[in-house]
Amino acid sequence: MTVTDLPESDGMAAHRSAGARVANFLEYGANTRPGKPRVPFYRHSLLVRLTHWLNAGVLLVMLMSGLQIFNAHPALYWGAQSDFAHPLLSFTAFENATGRIVRGVTQIGSWHFDTTGVLGASRMDGELVGRAFPAWATVPGPQWLAMGRVWHFFFAWLFAINGVVFAAYALLRGHLRDLLPTGRDLRNLPHEIVEHMKLRFPQGEAARRYNALQKLAYFTVIFILGPLVVLTGLTMSPTMDAAFPFLPWMFGGRQSARTIHFICAFSFVVFFIVHIVMVVLSGTWNNIRAMITGRYDIEERGAHV
Amino acid sequence: MSDASRRNFLRGAAVSAGALTLSGCKSLSQTQWVQDVLYTAEGLTRRVQRLFAGQALAREYTKADIAPVFRPNGTLDPPTDDYQQHVTDRFVDWQVRVGGLVEHPITLSIADLRKLPARTQITRHDCVEGWSCIGEWTGVPLRIVLAMAKPKPNARYCVFYCADPMTDTDNDGVPDNDFYYESHDLLECVHPQTLLAYDLNGKPLPVANGAPVRLRAERTLGYKQAKYIERIELVESYAHIGGGKGGYWEDQGYNWYGGI
Repeated sequence: MTVTDLPESDGMAAHRSAGARVANFLEYGANTRPGKPRVPFYRHSLLVRLTHWLNAGVLLVMLMSGLQIFNAHPALYWGAQSDFAHPLLSFTAFENATGRIVRGVTQIGSWHFDTTGVLGASRMDGELVGRAFPAWATVPGPQWLAMGRVWHFFFAWLFAINGVVFAAYALLRGHLRDLLPTGRDLRNLPHEIVEHMKLRFPQGEAARRYNALQKLAYFTVIFILGPLVVLTGLTMSPTMDAAFPFLPWMFGGRQSARTIHFICAFSFVVFFIVHIVMVVLSGTWNNIRAMITGRYDIEERGAHV
Repeated sequence: MSDASRRNFLRGAAVSAGALTLSGCKSLSQTQWVQDVLYTAEGLTRRVQRLFAGQALAREYTKADIAPVFRPNGTLDPPTDDYQQHVTDRFVDWQVRVGGLVEHPITLSIADLRKLPARTQITRHDCVEGWSCIGEWTGVPLRIVLAMAKPKPNARYCVFYCADPMTDTDNDGVPDNDFYYESHDLLECVHPQTLLAYDLNGKPLPVANGAPVRLRAERTLGYKQAKYIERIELVESYAHIGGGKGGYWEDQGYNWYGGI
């Protein structure tokens, strides 16, 4: 060993360990140590994996075609009918004297925001055009209500059938127990929130079950948000309202149902963002592999300090 | 590859991937087999809606719920000379002809329609765009008119022909010959709330709302409720009419049952 070798080999070691730490973060997430012995277990059944990924794709199309439909009348109201002068939320494009669209404005209650470029007015082929949501967020991209509806109502069936299949499975095979928060979960909630904020997620045996925050999030999204978005969607149908008068009654009218439907859609978006952040922080590859193959690695019993 | 050219290559790749995705979405919607697959759900939805709705009535509201202004949509003032003459004449010469697969073809003036038993209903109008508006409609239930005309056993649909031309494709200020039309099956036509309506909120229909007579089919969207009706034809199939999809907007890709 020569003197000049030392710093270099130190550098190599540091490099290796930094690389190992990144690799470990990508595999097992924040606050886990590389080199811990791990054991795999079978976390997600085939049906859960299939319905999960189908749902992911279907929801994306539902969201984007829904925004296309919303663009046809970009305003929300409360009650049975539309109080056109007083929307709860609206997106408007403003023109200059020569009729060119120059500004997009988002209105929420009594607040107005300039959202030119994204909401109210956005660019298509370089030109500002009046549209609530931009072309990159809608299916189809250009304004085409008829086709947006066709996409939405086809995928609505897939969404509903997929949801019913999952719910039936959860009920019949006891998976509901994994998702339903217990009293103990709820009592532990404050502690668990603090732990999550410190990015310290349950390890070892505790990682075999969903934690309280996971249960609350999954249960709410699957068993409350899911049915709510379907029912408020059906309430917008005049035929369904005649068949099931309790639908508009339950939501305070067709326009209220439309507003709730919109809020549901964006609740899904918020859930999706949090979901992805949590997947990354708690072990991107371990989580994704578990949802693809079922295999999830946890630290060996007693190994967690 | 130098750093700069690699950067350019990557930027180019990202841009074309983005363009591909966008044009992909657009062209998917324009691809025949994709449309065929997506449209299969329309038949399913129509059947399921029919199954649940049967002859159920749409909700009727109270006077207090009536919107101050009933929002008109689509054609607001048919620009043809014929129609404008009728406006000047207060529609005294307007005729609704009922024909096609019927035993007794009939022609009714607005005065004739007003002499027939009337129904008044305060209902919510739902536009395909997403908004709703409540108004009070008075008119003759269509089933009364149909009973007078006696549909033949093979009649399955009523086609409503309207006085409003939809486009002026050569831009000469004279509307072309594609007038608005719509169709409903006989089940919807004999529904008690399906009216040939001539009054809105206790006054004769304004021009913007379809004067002198329009259809009310309360369980369907606004585009199914034809305005400016001149002729009702009973048919076995609407495949040979217009674009063959059963209505002006249906020919542009909107669903025929118009229930959601």
